[in-house]
Amino acid sequence: MNQTNHSKRPPQLFKNLSAKIASIPMILTTMVVFVGGTTWTVVHSFTNSKLLPKLNFVGLDQYERLWSSRRWLISIENLAVFGFFSLILMMVIGFFLATLLDRKVRGENIFRTIFLYPFALSFIVTGLAWQWILNPDLGLQQVMHDLGWTSFEFNPLNSGDTVIYGLLIAAMWQGTGLIMVIMLAGLRGIDDDIWKAARVDGIGTVKTYIKIIIPMMRPVFVTALVIVASGIIKLYDLVVALTNGGPGLSSEVPAKYVINYMFRAQNLGQGFAASTMMLVTVAIILIPWAYLEFGGKDNG
Amino acid sequence: MNSVEIRELDLSFGTVNVLAGLNLDIAQGEFLVLLGSSGCGKSTLLNCIAGLLDVSAGQIFIQGKNVTWAQPSERGIGMVFQSYALYPQMTVEGNLSFGLKNQRMDKEEIKKRVSKASEILQIESLLKRKPAALSGGQRQRVAIGRALVRDVDVFLFDEPLSNLDAKLRTDLRVELKLLHRKLGNTMIYVTHDQVEAMTLADRIAVMKDGVIQQLGDPNTIYSKPTNKYVADFIGSPSMNFFKGPVENGAMQINNESVSLAKYDFHKPYNGLAWLGIRPEHVRSGSDANDCDFNATVVVDLVEPMGADTLVWSTLQDNPFRFRVEGQTDIKQGDKISIGFEIERTSLFDIDTEIRL
Amino acid sequence: MADALTGPSGPPPKRIFSRTNIMLYGTLLVVSIYYLLPLYVMVVTSLKGMPEIRLGNIFAPPLEVTFEPWVKAWSEACTGINCDGLSRGFWNSVKILVPSCALSIAVASVNGYALARWKFKGSELFFSILIVGAFIPYQTMLYPLVIILRELGLMGKLGGLVLVHTVFGMPILTLLFRNYFAGIPEDLFKAARVDGAGFWGIYFRIMLPMSLPIFVVALILQVTGIWNDFLFGVIYTKPATYPMTVQLNNIVNSVQGIKEYNVNMAATLLTGGVPLILYFISGKLFVRGIAAGAVKG
Repeated sequence: MNQTNHSKRPPQLFKNLSAKIASIPMILTTMVVFVGGTTWTVVHSFTNSKLLPKLNFVGLDQYERLWSSRRWLISIENLAVFGFFSLILMMVIGFFLATLLDRKVRGENIFRTIFLYPFALSFIVTGLAWQWILNPDLGLQQVMHDLGWTSFEFNPLNSGDTVIYGLLIAAMWQGTGLIMVIMLAGLRGIDDDIWKAARVDGIGTVKTYIKIIIPMMRPVFVTALVIVASGIIKLYDLVVALTNGGPGLSSEVPAKYVINYMFRAQNLGQGFAASTMMLVTVAIILIPWAYLEFGGKDNG
Repeated sequence: MNSVEIRELDLSFGTVNVLAGLNLDIAQGEFLVLLGSSGCGKSTLLNCIAGLLDVSAGQIFIQGKNVTWAQPSERGIGMVFQSYALYPQMTVEGNLSFGLKNQRMDKEEIKKRVSKASEILQIESLLKRKPAALSGGQRQRVAIGRALVRDVDVFLFDEPLSNLDAKLRTDLRVELKLLHRKLGNTMIYVTHDQVEAMTLADRIAVMKDGVIQQLGDPNTIYSKPTNKYVADFIGSPSMNFFKGPVENGAMQINNESVSLAKYDFHKPYNGLAWLGIRPEHVRSGSDANDCDFNATVVVDLVEPMGADTLVWSTLQDNPFRFRVEGQTDIKQGDKISIGFEIERTSLFDIDTEIRL
Repeated sequence: MADALTGPSGPPPKRIFSRTNIMLYGTLLVVSIYYLLPLYVMVVTSLKGMPEIRLGNIFAPPLEVTFEPWVKAWSEACTGINCDGLSRGFWNSVKILVPSCALSIAVASVNGYALARWKFKGSELFFSILIVGAFIPYQTMLYPLVIILRELGLMGKLGGLVLVHTVFGMPILTLLFRNYFAGIPEDLFKAARVDGAGFWGIYFRIMLPMSLPIFVVALILQVTGIWNDFLFGVIYTKPATYPMTVQLNNIVNSVQGIKEYNVNMAATLLTGGVPLILYFISGKLFVRGIAAGAVKG
């Protein structure tokens, strides 16, 4: 047998070598794509790159142009309105549906399957389905007219003022099931003894939810909030399928602005500046959350 | 040649020193128990010996070979875990032969070893079963078998009986002792259960904060604990302690001067000291009269345990426990005379808490 | 009299048709209609002829069931000058899906295993960056990836898209596998090391056979995610290799020609069908997948 000497510490590099080799894809992904790619984009947002990326720095020019572009301002406003309503509606509807299913309902599986199935569908499919239902000439509105309710008007996609609510209806349909499942998992994670204690103390169901259960579910709410928020910023496919930004520019969103300037309008610098602004938005949301979630545990 | 030698072993996680400058020699065929409460470093030490944790400094020798940086499988050890750690998707036979297959041993030899080990442990009828279909006791036998087939010199046990119920634990404890006698291997056994330690060990190493407090045979550990921690840790219920001044070969206890002439001092001592006496060494009733120390106490509480009865009272403002026989008519509130012999006590320095 | 004394006190247990229950089930049913309606409308529309659609009501069941829109959507629908239907996109998506799932799951499972049981200096740091990276908007990494793919000669090719899916699937999958492997008792891992198994030996012989459920969960997650992807498909492939979602959007939202709503809905259902069938088959595992992915993320 080959007698190796085990009295000396083996070189650090070769220690756990297989694990290091197995981690090469992760190291490349994080360092090259995530860190490297993001840094590259941020750096190039200060250049006047057009068709090809060039390191010709022009300071904050791209940002000035960005913030004076009507299309970008509309995009930001849309994202804010969509984000505000979708956060609230997602959380409220998701939680409400979860509490309904948490009441030991018969056929819970069937209801859950129904509420969640849209989540399995892509935004493209979602958008096209709702585009058809909201079709003013042949869709829901026409059905109501045919039924004799001629004053019924529900045509959100054809007006710049309401198109964002059309997006919301479709987005709620697709995504509330996910939030419901997360909330339901949170509700199920609460010890049954809490409910027993509340019943012994004579506290009503609604009051128990508000006073006891919701405060206990804080981490679940935070998680759901982060998921919804990061989904809002990514909003792109749904807009492309449902409205393609129209009518006019009225349903443009930042992600679409970026893609448009990077890959259609051949104005890379604008695209980089806009995507950097998206990154900043995410950071503004993410950093407080990360601080709340992990900051306290550092000394533990 | 010692079976296992540990020299100046250090282990730290970041800034936390778990083991510091630890030395330990374990003789061929010895059954050594590492005993301590959770977090004392006993399992950590065992994992270092197994090679499952990288040491920060120091050397480990097994059968004379320096294995400090060798892989676990190269060290000539077998290990048994608290949670059995049987591979759930393999049969018992698969579990027993997995390690041998990894050594690329030939099939005939594997077969021979598996059948020999399963014969010793009486698990031949279970070979085709999966672990999920076994009882706790059977699982632990298979886990021992997995160490057995390796035909190694040193067995490591990491609280192997803790997951079993009380009755099974006692049965397996006896089996383990018989197994050790039969095989004659070196065994290193980690536990927090002092009964396991006392019954199984040739020597016990009592650990605290990564340091071996005392290393000795069970009898010495029990009757001559080297410091107050060991005295307190070993024995259930634990030792009674009293504080008092020691001067000129006598100690003040309960306002009474008791001669320490019969106490085996390491060196002469004057000053404050702890005196410890085990509940089972306290005599009561008429037996107490001619003891070196005696007093009368009031009974606070009586705990009958069947074989004996534990009586709680107060002496010198401290709780004072003592054992009497199982069938007793002592009641709460009774006044009872107690006493003990000085050669049964342990004295400790008040500051260093080291045995005097 | 004795009965009266020993009988139960308080009101009798609630019946099934109590007022709370009617409200509860009523609400659930109404909400269910909102969720089911679009699917229903898509199905009935896809089974009608165009004349019936123009005259009738979108909620009405078809008077005359026709499968022609489905046939047309599959094999004749036009995108630009190509008129060979969605079948091309379907097969493109399959060609993207199979290697992407295999590669991303293989890489992430080994990676999660290394992070759970074979930590090395810096491994936790890379993992943290990986998780933070999951929240970085794709838009900031899109163009650098174009350059990387171009340098690798993979731009516009299926292999490029496979790589992109592997990269962007890595955070969630790695987290999923890391948490799963970390939950397998450490003693088992130690026992295998004492038995002489190394990094790969433990992975293939011990961990893999124990982890079938988590692989199924990961597979569901990836099949749904990759099939439904639009953004990467539109950017990193060419018209000839467009995945089904991109082709679907081009068919339905094309401005040329007359709108054939029945064909559009058939095409939409064909595209949505794959994840939908997977969803209905996998049931609890799908829920577990998204819950595990979401709650821990």
